Amino acid sequence: MKLTNLFRIAWRAIFRNKMRSFLTMLGIIIGVAAVISMIAIGQGSKQSIQSQIAGMGSNMITIRPISNVMGGVHVDNASVQSLTEDDILALKKQPEYLKDISPSVSARGQVINGSFNWNTTMQGVYPEFLTIRSWLVQDGSPFTTRDVKSAAKVCLIGQTILTNLFPDGDSPLGKNIRFKNIPFKIIGVLAKKGENTFGQDQDDVILTPVSTVQKRILAITTYQNIFLSAINEESTENASLEVQQIMRKSHNLPVGTDDDFSVRTQAELISTFTATSSILTILLAVIAGISLLVGGIGIMNIMYVSVTERTKEIGLRMSIGASGADILWQFLIEAIVISITGGILGVIFGITTTKLVTYFIHWPTLITTSSVVLSFMVCFVTGVFFGYYPALKASRLDPIEALRYE
Amino acid sequence: MNESIVDIKNLKRQFSIGGEVVHALNNVSFSIQKGEFITIMGSSGSGKTTLLNILGCLDKPSSGEYLLDGINMSDLSKTALAELRNTKLGFVFQSYNLLARTSAIENVELPLLYNNKFSTKERKEKAIQALEAVKLSDRMYHLPSQLSGGQQQRVAIARALVNDPVMILADEATGNLDSRTSYEIMMLIQDLNNEQGKTIVFVTHEPDIANFSKRTITLKDGKIIKDLINPTIQSAREVLKKLPPVIEPVTAST
Ligand SMILES: Nc1ncnc2c1ncn2[C@@H]1O[C@H](COP(=O)(O)OP(=O)(O)OP(=O)(O)O)[C@@H](O)[C@H]1O
Ligand SMILES: [Mg+2]
Repeated sequence: MKLTNLFRIAWRAIFRNKMRSFLTMLGIIIGVAAVISMIAIGQGSKQSIQSQIAGMGSNMITIRPISNVMGGVHVDNASVQSLTEDDILALKKQPEYLKDISPSVSARGQVINGSFNWNTTMQGVYPEFLTIRSWLVQDGSPFTTRDVKSAAKVCLIGQTILTNLFPDGDSPLGKNIRFKNIPFKIIGVLAKKGENTFGQDQDDVILTPVSTVQKRILAITTYQNIFLSAINEESTENASLEVQQIMRKSHNLPVGTDDDFSVRTQAELISTFTATSSILTILLAVIAGISLLVGGIGIMNIMYVSVTERTKEIGLRMSIGASGADILWQFLIEAIVISITGGILGVIFGITTTKLVTYFIHWPTLITTSSVVLSFMVCFVTGVFFGYYPALKASRLDPIEALRYE
Repeated sequence: MNESIVDIKNLKRQFSIGGEVVHALNNVSFSIQKGEFITIMGSSGSGKTTLLNILGCLDKPSSGEYLLDGINMSDLSKTALAELRNTKLGFVFQSYNLLARTSAIENVELPLLYNNKFSTKERKEKAIQALEAVKLSDRMYHLPSQLSGGQQQRVAIARALVNDPVMILADEATGNLDSRTSYEIMMLIQDLNNEQGKTIVFVTHEPDIANFSKRTITLKDGKIIKDLINPTIQSAREVLKKLPPVIEPVTAST
């Protein structure tokens, strides 16, 4: 039996039942499109998270205070005041893997420039904070260690502050803005950073010496965070261990107690998020895979109905010389043609959907060749697998009984 | 022309249903020569269809011998039987059995699709030839639903002819048709027999149909009770001529 003839026979049968064939295909189309677009969305968000975190400075280490369990009650983070200048001094004392260090204290409030005002965060840091975050000053210059010592009322403003407080395009350098009624002199404008992983606007910030926020605004002596950078990316692991040891010593924590701080590296953050988004991708792919399976069962169902409905036709074909194998192939090829056609349409539909998602709702997406190949293979296998049993049933019909079937 | 195409000896076919054995064919022996036109008659349940199915290699005898064109059927595999049906036999059924929503020409070329020998072009040519032989060249692209019963049966005959078979087997092929259309079909069958020398085995209930054949075998309870050469073969063409003309409805258009 010539393959071209088998294809011709199968194709004619599919065409005779255009509507039904299309509806059967629809299951496959939706399944394949779902697999492709879901994986693209999952992969896209994974990639963008990775690149964003890396962009924040991949050798950055963050220390935060954590609540200790006291009599079964977690003490709120904000009320824990475990990071102090002593910690900074301890960390600065001959570290092996650490480069820069900067504490951080933040306060929220209204910032005013004449008739313009804006609700924002004022973050008190060391000048080294800019190096740690690999952040550049676009105009003007950063504050100095001397400014930190004197708790100077100087500040660097982010791009969002610039656009909201100086909408007219005047140069902000040298101008005074008021935060909690305290005038701050703008000495520099920070380069644009964009949104972070969590969708927060990183440019919506005012940087000022840490002592200024501590003394003039919050009247505290502790820090909320300490940022550090490892000497290079490879040594972040060691650096974070070193930080942990120094901090435990500095806090006089006896052996066997929990840390009262947490040390997070950027690499950890990356792997946490990557793992989360991998789970997300797998989850999406599984859901999409189920819809592909349902599509496959749809094929099987239709093929069974079709075999029963066309019993007489099968009898006729056998009487004019079709062998059992011919009938088997005819129905199998029908199922495969339906699933492959559905697969091709599904790939097109899936890619289109993905592009539309990116275009209209700006979700990052990434179409991988492997997801296209995979879903296409799955759909071919689906066609063979779910088409085989109905086809086998058809091929085993007795021609006389089939011809007599009404 | 005394070459036998079918040789049947002591053929038996029994069905057992729930322990009870039905002898659908009980010790049947006969031969068919090339170019014969045989009708098989008999009351309902006498075994006509069973015999035709065996002749058509769709069914195998329980015992006995069947030689088609000198080949013993009992030796052949299912696939070989399918090939035989494809190349040597043509079937015509009472209920036409055309594929729905499929044009006349595609229906006719169907047997050729199961034969590797023919190219697309040859297939089409042969289908057109077969349709011409049944005088339906003007209906090639009509669907079965757009054809009358007689025309559908002619398409079915064209399908049976298209592979150039040595023998055409028809089971009550005129059973669904009125007498005029039946005679038209018989005329076609007679022409195939006389002009192309096709061997024809035609199962029928109706004695007047048997009058068109050269020989009539009568079955009763699975046995041959009569096997007669027809001394006075009627010409379907003549009979058609003698029929009163179709009464055309009187229309106002003049
Ligand atoms: N598949 C089968 N299983 C059991 N019995 C069968 C089967 N096919 C035919 N028979 C029996 O064999 C006998 C002959 O049947 P067959 O169909 O050959 O009759 P027929 O002469 O063609 O009748 P009709 O003129 O009504 O078509 C009947 O008694 C029938 O019941
Ligand atoms: Mg019968």
